[in-house]
Amino acid sequence: MSDEHSRPGDHRADDATVPAVPPADGNGAELTEQLDPGQLGEHDEVEEREEALEAAAAMKGSSAAAKSLEGVAAEPGSRKPDPILVADDVSRRFGGLKAVDVSHLEVQRGTITALIGPNGAGKSTFFNLVSGFDKPNTGTWSFKGTDLTGMSAYKIARLGMVRTFQLTKALMRLTTLENVMLGATGQRGEHFLPAIFKPSWSGQEADNEKRADELLERFKLTHMRDEFAGTMSGGQRKLLEMARAMMVRPSLIMLDEPMAGVNPALTQSLLGHIQALRDEGTTIVLVEHDMDVIMSISDWIICFAEGKVIAEGTPADIRSNQAVIDAYLGTSRALPADEKEPSP
Amino acid sequence: MDFISILSDAARGMFGPEAAIYALAAVGLNVHFGYTGLLNFGQVAFMLVGAYGVAVSVATWGLPLGVGVLIGIGCAVVLALVLGIPTLRLRGDYLAIATIAAGEILRYFYRSSYAQPLTGGVYGLRQFADGFYNLNPFTGTSYGFGAFTFSARSLWIMVVGWSLTVLCSLLVWLLIHAPWGRVLRAVREDELAARSLGKNVYGFKLQSLVLGGIIGALAGSLLAINVQSVQPDSYNPVVTFYLYAIVILGGASRIWGPVLGSVIFWFVVTFLDSFLRAATSSGLIPSSIIEGSDVGAVRFAFVGLGLMLLMIFKPAGILGNRKELRLDVR
Repeated sequence: MSDEHSRPGDHRADDATVPAVPPADGNGAELTEQLDPGQLGEHDEVEEREEALEAAAAMKGSSAAAKSLEGVAAEPGSRKPDPILVADDVSRRFGGLKAVDVSHLEVQRGTITALIGPNGAGKSTFFNLVSGFDKPNTGTWSFKGTDLTGMSAYKIARLGMVRTFQLTKALMRLTTLENVMLGATGQRGEHFLPAIFKPSWSGQEADNEKRADELLERFKLTHMRDEFAGTMSGGQRKLLEMARAMMVRPSLIMLDEPMAGVNPALTQSLLGHIQALRDEGTTIVLVEHDMDVIMSISDWIICFAEGKVIAEGTPADIRSNQAVIDAYLGTSRALPADEKEPSP
Repeated sequence: MDFISILSDAARGMFGPEAAIYALAAVGLNVHFGYTGLLNFGQVAFMLVGAYGVAVSVATWGLPLGVGVLIGIGCAVVLALVLGIPTLRLRGDYLAIATIAAGEILRYFYRSSYAQPLTGGVYGLRQFADGFYNLNPFTGTSYGFGAFTFSARSLWIMVVGWSLTVLCSLLVWLLIHAPWGRVLRAVREDELAARSLGKNVYGFKLQSLVLGGIIGALAGSLLAINVQSVQPDSYNPVVTFYLYAIVILGGASRIWGPVLGSVIFWFVVTFLDSFLRAATSSGLIPSSIIEGSDVGAVRFAFVGLGLMLLMIFKPAGILGNRKELRLDVR
């Protein structure tokens, strides 16, 4: 363990102890402090995040997200006021099967958007397509206005759209810290010739290490810092994957079944982390099967069936949507509309 | 039987030119296999192009030896790109098949009558390394003490060989402990995860293949210089498997693993060779069991047996970390 954890100005520990509750105050100030403009180099991004933070400070958490989605029609392919991800006519065939056939889909910036649907509905395939891990047969999609069609997965990640995997991919024989540090983008030491001359990258490396330590502390993994990631439990690996993805400084993070195989207490903690990320301005898209989780944290839900988007809406809309009940939820989940979306 | 002379043979073997050359080639293979997880079963192909780069340049074209080494390195870069560009996008097994095939294709090409004007075909080329030995600063007749002595010629190539091995190991050390090496190890662990974090996995694998290939070509050049001749059939796939034995024996993904592995490998091989020869000629082992002419083959059979025992009882190699190895189980 290093002595850096006792660094002044580090307020993360407070958040980490009560992850299920998004920090009520001091959130904006804290994040601005974390974003050192000189370290970033991309001032636009800083400004963008700062604006998002101000907005978030004005209207906290889910209420802000809910407000941004006010007046959006609860119908498949509905237009959002400020979409971060837009997909058009994206389709993927596996032989005779059309696994994904999405005519139009938008994801609102700064929200938690859940993709639900039966197994084989094409949610994960859609994830793979938009994140560049699979190539669609047709379609175009854009992220923050940049056309991503045909772009390699690693370039998409560098643009700030990062995904995780359904089967957690911890880099076993790298330490936890190395796992997280790998996520930093624009590392000079990753180029062959500069890598040989340590002075050319050691300063940047120290900055990255500091940020990685902050993330480890936030996700309560500091005690595993110098252990091989392969020694972690399944739940810790989920946390590690999220911390690693955050190291990329994503503006959109796509989580593929983040709660699968995780115990209830850790699910609560993961939920808290996801909501906290949203409250800081990161957009989150997740695939998940646990309906209690979905209903409690989502700002917007998109339901897939047989590759198509069959319904969209707030949790309340979805719960009463006949098409979703028939295709996925079943009648027992179709709760009366009076059980409103629980406040986080 | 004279145990002193057997042991001094073994001691000479473990530090001799062959040990240095194999250590160097294994350092390159360790970059591929140990750090990037690339199953390169054709490291001998890189040695081949390195060796013929020197031999053809000097013997056929009359160029200086240094230029020949550079040409060998250039050939290794081209080979790495030609091999890597189509196969590195695919799963690791395909690279294994492609590299083992490429090694054989190159060997048959270099020994073909079509290439004979350039490479000497099956006869190979010889006497092209005088430029190297003219630089020899050692002028005495022998160096060392007792039975542990080397000729000035051997000493010169040992000094160059071990220096190159140490330099290349240090280069690999620098790279592996930089963020560059962290990406390489991440690619070894999980390509998709590395890609999801914005790393150009394909580019890193190609860089790794080129780096390890260049080190292999240097070893090949040195091998050709050492024996002052090249002959295609000495670059057969079994050389690659000796290199794997060396890397695994010393400990894969350990900087000094290939060096230690090579020293031990050559100690065992020369010890067995000397011992079996002495034992058969003195009648300790009756000729009905092993004939003197079988010794060359039998010693490698023992190496194979040793490798099997190593895999069972010390799979991480001598420098390896068993705890780390166990994490590989997914």
